[in-house]
Amino acid sequence: MAEKLLEVKNVSIVFGGLRAVSDLKMYIDKGELVGLIGPNGAGKTTAFNMITGVYTPTEGEIYFDGEKSSGKKSYQVTQMGMARTFQNIRLFADLSVIDNVKIAYNMHVSYGLGNAILRDKKYLAEEEVITDKAMDLLKIFHLEDLAQEKAKNLPYGQQRRLEIARALATEPKFLLLDEPAAGMNPQETHELMEMIRWIREKFNLTILLIEHDMSLVMGVCERIYVLEYGMLIAQGTPEEIKHNRRVIEAYLGEEVMN
Amino acid sequence: MENLLEQLFQQLINGVSLGSIYALIALGYTMIYGIMKLINFAHGDIYMLGAYFGYWAITGLGLPFLPAIVLAMIGAAAVGIIVERLAYRPMRNAPRIAILITAIGVSFLLEYGMILFVSPQPRTFPPVFEATVYHFGPLVVNSQQIIILIISLLLMGLLTYIVNHTTAGKAMRAVSFDADAAKLMGINIDRTIAMTFAIGSALAAAGGVLVGVYYNSIDPLMGMTPGIKAFVAAVLGGIGIIPGAMLGGIILGVVEALVAGIGLSTFRDAAAFLILIFILLYKPAGLLGKNVSEKV
Amino acid sequence: MNVVHKQDLKIFIACAVLYAVIQGLICLEIIDPFWELNIVMICINIILAVSLNLINGYTGQFSIGHAGFMAVGAYMGAVVTMMWEYPFALGIVLATVAAGVLGALIGLPTLRLNGDYLCIATLGLGEIIRICILNIEYVGGASGLMGIPRETTFTNVFWIMIVIVFFIKNFKNSAYGRCCLAIRENEIAADTMGINTTKYKVMAFTLGAAFAGTAGCMFSHYFFIAHPASFTFMRSFDVLTMVVLGGLGSMTGSIVGAMLLTFLSAALSDFPEWRMIIYSITMIVLMLYRPQGLFGNEELSKEMFGRLLGKGK
Repeated sequence: MAEKLLEVKNVSIVFGGLRAVSDLKMYIDKGELVGLIGPNGAGKTTAFNMITGVYTPTEGEIYFDGEKSSGKKSYQVTQMGMARTFQNIRLFADLSVIDNVKIAYNMHVSYGLGNAILRDKKYLAEEEVITDKAMDLLKIFHLEDLAQEKAKNLPYGQQRRLEIARALATEPKFLLLDEPAAGMNPQETHELMEMIRWIREKFNLTILLIEHDMSLVMGVCERIYVLEYGMLIAQGTPEEIKHNRRVIEAYLGEEVMN
Repeated sequence: MENLLEQLFQQLINGVSLGSIYALIALGYTMIYGIMKLINFAHGDIYMLGAYFGYWAITGLGLPFLPAIVLAMIGAAAVGIIVERLAYRPMRNAPRIAILITAIGVSFLLEYGMILFVSPQPRTFPPVFEATVYHFGPLVVNSQQIIILIISLLLMGLLTYIVNHTTAGKAMRAVSFDADAAKLMGINIDRTIAMTFAIGSALAAAGGVLVGVYYNSIDPLMGMTPGIKAFVAAVLGGIGIIPGAMLGGIILGVVEALVAGIGLSTFRDAAAFLILIFILLYKPAGLLGKNVSEKV
Repeated sequence: MNVVHKQDLKIFIACAVLYAVIQGLICLEIIDPFWELNIVMICINIILAVSLNLINGYTGQFSIGHAGFMAVGAYMGAVVTMMWEYPFALGIVLATVAAGVLGALIGLPTLRLNGDYLCIATLGLGEIIRICILNIEYVGGASGLMGIPRETTFTNVFWIMIVIVFFIKNFKNSAYGRCCLAIRENEIAADTMGINTTKYKVMAFTLGAAFAGTAGCMFSHYFFIAHPASFTFMRSFDVLTMVVLGGLGSMTGSIVGAMLLTFLSAALSDFPEWRMIIYSITMIVLMLYRPQGLFGNEELSKEMFGRLLGKGK
């Protein structure tokens, strides 16, 4: 049996009387690529925020890699090996593309404040390694020529790619992508699909994906969870989800009927 | 024991009258902040100008107290509008920190401009009332305190009415809630902001005249400390919230009076800030403010 | 030798030349005592401005309580040299440490606040520090501490300034500095990059406060006196103005801002009644025409000169 990387145990969160996510149960095995779908306002991003430590669940617990992650702060969860992107891009807009990526390496820096101030050998050597690693990542995402450009000057599609590159720079085991294809045209979406598959192999990742674009989710995910009104209404392979009545009614309905 | 209680009530009375002046200044701060997210550091100097306008109206024009205070309010409102028009309006799309520096610049300009015109020497504010002292049992209230309280309450009532029940007030609330949406609804942003400055400045001027009456002395730098403290009062109550400014002002006045009452008057100014910091740590958006966390 | 060190060396040599020239002019009495005083003041103000820029410009935490930390340094240094009669060097170190420790103690609870709330809280804390000092009879209370030995010279203040400028420059160009910049740009994203935002905010605040303490110590040992009235929020405003005028987030901007405003203030000292008026009008006009400050958040560089010249054509 495959090893579980993430386990969400009966998690709920309440915002001032509103139950945004209720009794959510899910697990993800190591190496899986899982989708989380649902209509607008179903609580997908809220679920994401709980998994990544932005919100603390009101009830229930989340385990990551055998360790309890709920209740930890966001940066601590990242340090456990989770990385994420945001639905509304959150780059370090006024910094250069390469600095965006270099920042994400901060957890792996071993030189101290003294080394940095004196610019000794240790500092210089390590900075060089960081710069090289960051450039390698940028190359993968075809951003190497834009390394010195400010992040805010990139076109939308490249900003999305940079966000993924930045998330990978934290060297995670588990990557969470929040609507990575939002605002992309079919061609770009297709390329993104290929890239997601590819980085999974290359970086040996487990991926959880929130998506609106059904073709992307159905095409790339191995398993899918469906949320509606904060509750899990279905789970299974893309094939099973496609034929699930409740899912069709709740979510695909609009697309199937049209 | 009884003596202590008397002391307490006496300081409460002093505190409330001082606090209502802070509240008047704080209202302008809070309204301007609410509408353009600007900490208008020049607001304390508008209050100083108001005091001088009142002084000139009484000594120069020989006006009685009430017309003088109205004239001071009109004069300060005009200055407020001019400052907004010349210094702040061209910067509406500039980074907020730049507008803040401009506000500090305007503050210096008003202070040192006045020093140039009227000299740094303090002036004696003419006594406009006979200072009658009333005794309520052991407590002492003088007529100035009563007048300060009455005028402040009247003005606060008037402001509340304007903000809640007039078209202009509705426009002000709309702009402070969402300027872009208000613009799309056909609200004239420029006029609304000018109006806010006018009203805020007029209230500060009233505060200035009342302080002149209370302490008998005015000078060009009198606005510095009360200006900062009024801002503290506004933040204390929840910045951008009108009842919050009133509450914050009164609390600040009472605390200062109590600290002075127990013989620590040199720590009076520190007490105001200390309370502010404790309240912010406990309730980061102020007493009446709602905490809004950024949506992820 | 590698590129980074070579560049540092060039800047260092330029500084040494600058120092030699100014020191020479002072010795030859071409620079009179009045301007020597203002050159020392420029050095002190540069220390204050670059350290405030570390907090406000790099880390994006809006602090205007710098005068308070400066006061702590000024008094701490004076107590060490004058009352305990230890050498000046120890005074500088202890002044720096004392202001830094206080910065950490204050920063830890207050840096949870953001934006304007932090701004007013730091302003308040600066005043609280001042009022507390005002009430300590041991250091002279309201009349200040007089008779401090003049230990600050152009030489020591210049080199201390250079060390601090290099310190902050190297800090910014390290992983530590990048974490601070990330917090300024987007705190939530910084958090999800595994950055302990509180730690870095407090670190920047502590370093900034510590260097303000250094500046305070140099200040009180130049003017023979430490007086509570020298450290009101007006001084915090002054430093903030230098930083914003030069360009928030630009170290060279802070340096130029400090030089410009100190120079302006000194040049106007012959017209005392007009001085503050011209000063404030300059502030307003500069902000109107260049709201992002002289250099924006970029550093003065060859490229920037190129661009400015390019624009001129």
